Amino acid sequence: MFYSYFVAFLLALVSYTLIDNVLLSRFYGICSFIGVGNKVKSAVSMGIAVVFVIFFSALICYPIYHYVLVPAGLAMMDTVVYILVIASLVQIVGLFIKKYSPALYKSLGIYLPLITTNCAVLGVVQENTDANLSFLFSMANALGTSLGYLLMIFVFACIRTRLDTYNTPRAFKGIPIALITAAIMAMAMMGLTGIGK
Amino acid sequence: MDQLKRSQHHDSFVTGIIKENPLFVAVLGTCPALAITTSFEAAFGMGLLFTFVLVCSNVLISALRKLIPEEVETPAYIVVIATFVTVVKMLCQAYIPNLYTSLGVFLSLLVVNCIVLGRAEAFASKNGVFDSFLDGLGNGIGYTLALVVISLFREIIGTGKLTFGNIFTFLQRDGRAVSLSVFKGEGWDYSIPLFAQPAGGFIVFGLIMAVLAAIHNSKKDKEAAAKRAAAFAAAQKAAEEKAAMPAASKTEGGAR
Repeated sequence: MFYSYFVAFLLALVSYTLIDNVLLSRFYGICSFIGVGNKVKSAVSMGIAVVFVIFFSALICYPIYHYVLVPAGLAMMDTVVYILVIASLVQIVGLFIKKYSPALYKSLGIYLPLITTNCAVLGVVQENTDANLSFLFSMANALGTSLGYLLMIFVFACIRTRLDTYNTPRAFKGIPIALITAAIMAMAMMGLTGIGK
Repeated sequence: MDQLKRSQHHDSFVTGIIKENPLFVAVLGTCPALAITTSFEAAFGMGLLFTFVLVCSNVLISALRKLIPEEVETPAYIVVIATFVTVVKMLCQAYIPNLYTSLGVFLSLLVVNCIVLGRAEAFASKNGVFDSFLDGLGNGIGYTLALVVISLFREIIGTGKLTFGNIFTFLQRDGRAVSLSVFKGEGWDYSIPLFAQPAGGFIVFGLIMAVLAAIHNSKKDKEAAAKRAAAFAAAQKAAEEKAAMPAASKTEGGAR
């Protein structure tokens, strides 16, 4: 019984991390992916902060929806409540990081408040509600999505530092070549379709 | 004075459409631009709903701009935007249910759309209600235009035809969707299904950005060339004058 749940959880995790990758096939958080650009260090610290925020917002929003909003008949107010939870969570995570690791806080800088408006966070929480996922799969979605985000934003930051040194055609410099690279990565991910199902 | 005011209204409406297009120039709001542009109708519907949300939130935030304290600006804006998104969601679910299902979670994600929040912070919080209304309308039209362009490429190349009536059911004929064949017909099919996949979205968006960059670059090159030519002509003229001057003084000296 426990074993079968564990296997289902792992499969869902792999599927949400790689096959339905958050950036390449579900397109959440493309803005931040284009905005962070080619600085590997800030990309990774931003990715780690996003992992924290997505995990805890999914953890908090699940009971809020199922045990507060639905019994009160306010299910249509979900988006408004979620965005408030996420905004306050980002504040709390910011305070926490500031107290325990001022160096990390400094390196995150402007990216920290921007996590509130990162589509990936609201996207995961809303998807959990819309698809009516159970608690286990909600957490698999949150963990898988955020790890996929961390992985991709790291890989892309590395690729873009290399791209800057190559002689790309002038019109493709910057964002266009980054998008074409993303297209090739998305094609690679298409090859994995069907593993988790 | 009146003229000045009118030109300001004109500016706040027009800049968002092409010159400062939110998607192609400012590169904001890219998530829906890649996700829901697989069909023309979904993209157009998204553009309409987006414009509605942007206009409403711009007007309300501009009307409240003197009441909202600076410290809680962003949370207040987010709540205003989230309220309008909820309204739009419920209206869309009730009257265009096909659009609601095909947009899915991206309708809720309008709450965290960088363009809506960006216009609220950059424009509506500093300008009057009417200007904010026009700014919202202009940016909404610009974004709709950009979405439609991407979706036309993706739908026509990806499925080989352009279909009307799946989402906006009033376009149906005899209860069926109407489709316009381009790359696909009886017994022949030159469509490339990849373009309907996520990878195709990146390719189309990247190529459009590259074409726009190329146009921008050639314009800049022409301007630079014109400037260089003008500078060269001026330098030549100066040199000629300089060459003429000593000659004149020399003849003067010879006469003495």
